[in-house]
Amino acid sequence: MSVDYAAQILEGSHRAAARLISWLEDEDERAYECMRKLYPHTGRAYVVGITGSPGAGKSTLTTALTRVIRKSGLKVGIIAVDPSSPFTGGALLGDRVRMSELADDPDIYIRSMATRGFLGGMAKAAADVVRVLDALGKDVIVIETVGVGQDEVDIVGVADTTCVVMVPGLGDAIQSMKAGIMEIADVFVINKADHPGSDMLCAEICARLDMDAQLRERGWVAPVNKTVAVEGVGLDEMWLSIESHRKYLLDSGRFYDNRRERISREALRMIHGELFRVVREQLEQNGRLDAAVEQLMNRKLDPYTLMRDIVTDWLSSSQCKRRRDEDTQS
Amino acid sequence: MARKIKMIMAKPGLDGHDRGAKLLARICAEAGMEVVYTGLRQTPEMIVAAAEQEDADVVGLSSLSGVHNYFFPRVVELMKQKGMEDVLLVGGGIIPEEDYDFLKKSGMGAIFGPGTPTTEIVEFIQANVRQR
Repeated sequence: MSVDYAAQILEGSHRAAARLISWLEDEDERAYECMRKLYPHTGRAYVVGITGSPGAGKSTLTTALTRVIRKSGLKVGIIAVDPSSPFTGGALLGDRVRMSELADDPDIYIRSMATRGFLGGMAKAAADVVRVLDALGKDVIVIETVGVGQDEVDIVGVADTTCVVMVPGLGDAIQSMKAGIMEIADVFVINKADHPGSDMLCAEICARLDMDAQLRERGWVAPVNKTVAVEGVGLDEMWLSIESHRKYLLDSGRFYDNRRERISREALRMIHGELFRVVREQLEQNGRLDAAVEQLMNRKLDPYTLMRDIVTDWLSSSQCKRRRDEDTQS
Repeated sequence: MARKIKMIMAKPGLDGHDRGAKLLARICAEAGMEVVYTGLRQTPEMIVAAAEQEDADVVGLSSLSGVHNYFFPRVVELMKQKGMEDVLLVGGGIIPEEDYDFLKKSGMGAIFGPGTPTTEIVEFIQANVRQR
């Protein structure tokens, strides 16, 4: 490698970080050597997730929150995720429109990411990008998810504090009792709180939280914040809520537990991804997949048998053995 | 995962007409690119910062208010200062044909006037975009 991107990133180069993030998105091999060097310098930044339905004001809220965080001198990295088209693979990433005023602060780095077919409200590489921004020296990393519905909750696997943004007028009390997104909030935010119905929504969320407390012992009860993000109202209180949650995590030991669980899950996910890539490559190259699909179509073979055969064959294949031998030697 | 072309679509200056820019952002997204729309009233500094942070391969500038001869070369200049010469710059909007030469000489990859077939723009970008 001619340019040492890792060294440049550790010195705070936005440009080097930008290129590494592109490689991570593309699953380009060049990324991994860099990430290996950066890994020891990660784990320091605090990660805040902002999630909620489309149009709830997540981008505006992220911008206004960032302004508040910057007042304390902390450096901020923002990851803004928008959906890729399932048909063309392209994407229109519009979160930056609301973030214009942050564009020329050198201590803020904003990256728009497309989901590229990854479900759950996040981009596949988002966790890797968090590490890059962490190594880049950002103190707080704010991830704004895709506009989500009820069940896209992957943000909890990446964020230390998850803020669920709701707006008045989208549903009755039953919505607030359901599983999924209502369960993942460490902090609730009622944005557009100047619109009618915000008191009702607040009451419904509080009722749910009361019910939750009766069902199960909880160390942390999510505070409910009201904001009007376009006017910058309520953002100081929202940041205080996030900081209180951080303090709770640290004092209770949950911070360590959560991070440990996350690292374990991520390691498994990476192993899963790489194994799948290697096997798929092999199947595509030797033509076995095409042949098998033909048989599956004719019902001469079933996918359950195929799956077991392929895994058994692969485990006993020479390539796999060679890798094992190499491992035992080294 | 295949590499995707990343594009910034920006409106420099005070011009508030972004129907064309939005349409073109959608056309490029339909062509499989990842297009970041920056919104209105961008300074050249904001556009270049966005291009840097997003690792943009292409920056599209739209102008309908006659300020292209100032803003477009200014963006080119700032990109050069940051060593981002490999980023493809394309412009469009209401731009008199007699200005095309000046803008291209100052570093714009291409200028597309009204009525340009959108496929021509997409093909030009795909043919001239950098490798990374």
